[in-house]
Amino acid sequence: MKRWALVILLLATGTLLTLAVGVRDVPLAALWQAILAPDPQNPDHVTILWIRAPRLAAGLVAGAALGMAGSVMQALTRNPLAEPGILGVNAGASLAIVLGALLLGATDHGMMTALAFPGAALAAVAVFAIGGGLSGDAGPIRLTLAGAAMNALLLSLVHGIVLMRADTLEVARFWVVGSLSSAIERPVGAMSLVVLGGGLIALAIAPRLEALSLGSSLSRGLGVGPRMAQAQALVAVTALTGAAVSVAGPIAFLGLMVPPLARRIGGHVLRLELLAAAALGAAFLLIADTAGRLIFAPAEIRAGIMTALLGGPVFVLIARRLKPGEQA
Amino acid sequence: MSETTLRARDLTLGYGSAIVTRNLSLALPTGRVTAILGPNGCGKSTLLKAFARLIRPVSGDITLGGTDIRRQDTRALARRIGILPQAPLAPEGITVGNLVRRGRTPWRGLLSPWTQADEAAFTEALEAVAMTALRDRQLAELSGGQRQRAWLALVLAQQTPFLLLDEPTTWLDLPHQIEVLSLMRKRNRDAGTTVVSVLHDLNLAARHSDHLVLFGHGGSLVAEGPPEEVVTAANLATAFGLRARIMPDPVSGSPLVIPL
Repeated sequence: MKRWALVILLLATGTLLTLAVGVRDVPLAALWQAILAPDPQNPDHVTILWIRAPRLAAGLVAGAALGMAGSVMQALTRNPLAEPGILGVNAGASLAIVLGALLLGATDHGMMTALAFPGAALAAVAVFAIGGGLSGDAGPIRLTLAGAAMNALLLSLVHGIVLMRADTLEVARFWVVGSLSSAIERPVGAMSLVVLGGGLIALAIAPRLEALSLGSSLSRGLGVGPRMAQAQALVAVTALTGAAVSVAGPIAFLGLMVPPLARRIGGHVLRLELLAAAALGAAFLLIADTAGRLIFAPAEIRAGIMTALLGGPVFVLIARRLKPGEQA
Repeated sequence: MSETTLRARDLTLGYGSAIVTRNLSLALPTGRVTAILGPNGCGKSTLLKAFARLIRPVSGDITLGGTDIRRQDTRALARRIGILPQAPLAPEGITVGNLVRRGRTPWRGLLSPWTQADEAAFTEALEAVAMTALRDRQLAELSGGQRQRAWLALVLAQQTPFLLLDEPTTWLDLPHQIEVLSLMRKRNRDAGTTVVSVLHDLNLAARHSDHLVLFGHGGSLVAEGPPEEVVTAANLATAFGLRARIMPDPVSGSPLVIPL
């Protein structure tokens, strides 16, 4: 119970920091007023409602999605290094959107956002297939290498397209390293529904993924066909990652850092782990975003860079604990 | 009970073009403890996997209660046949209790919560292998014998009338091998469970089984029946190329193999 209290405390902290702290610090009293009796003339209220509230919503949606996507991917692959950033699923969604913008002329935002999903799905299936994940016997090293290669390839394509379109550099940079700064232009409302759907699928299939993690033979003995469970998990990962990228661009390492902590809180019960991962993912992203806004204020460090700065050492820590050739 | 026999009909098994078992017809006696024996590579484990529907036969079929198991619903079948494979994977950091709970998977619906029946089966499985006190310990911290008992508890919690075990005693020292086999015998007596194991030790198999199935090199069926009929000098010579003298075990009376 204490652990869950900590999770809620972190989430509340992230939420309050996002709303109250920044170039213009807002006192907590003004925060309540802005929510209860918004005044369009008051600059504090305008900052909170029109700049920071959308940012909060984007952070909650993208953070929760990436936390859960990381947990599903790690459960599916038995690989503690699996997450949407490292395995190139983020990059696949990003590339699809950038390609769409290039071909369709960046006019149709709704269409571009929808492209994130086939992009994420293609990248996910390709990496799982190359990494041997579909046969259920991929070692962590092979899958991680396949993901790293795919990620590098897709992101360099994104770079290539973005650099050709120097006119919209700020908009384009969003698709290389994610950030919450464009929150107000992003389809946060629609994507929150997609994240809800993806999250519910993940929760529903959690016991099957738990059976699958005992190896494909025992899993089948328990009545869970590996291929079906894998396909369902990939649907959940695609929905969650595609939505997160639509809202916040590609944000790496969040899905790596959150699941190990969520696992401790959930006590190896995947359903509880997913709930903890959603809350922790949102909390971490909001805190990383706030830190990025404060360090070199008024300049901003993008949230995707902050999570990478924090997540890089975590990656090294986890990778050092892996034994080569181990099935983990 | 006798209507629900697990039976192989004209079964041919193999991987790709390599055939390991050819035209085998075999019925596993329901409500008994059966051991499958034979030299390495004779297809014992392959046969067990086919009985659990883990591999698809090249030809022929396996029936349970007269119906091809490949035409039965996966989850319904998982409530009737449980299998403990040779090297199941343990998620890092998992506790005994958490592992054993996963044995309830085929009984749980997509959204249904943990029921009283689940809890009862879980508690009973832990008790059956004397692991109740260790339920909150991490699997990785336990000894090899305790770990194997935890895996057994997982398939016991599945509460299937058929239980297939692929080399359940490999890697265990002799007391722990006997412990595992005694547990299976007890399960068979208490719940009427049909237990089928792939084993290597002929003496232990003869002592702890009602029925033996002996394969030879190349996967041919050498003999099946009660231990005293199967474990004979002639059969062992055919199956293993082993010269041995057989005498009754002074304690249990079951055949005892003395290699020459």
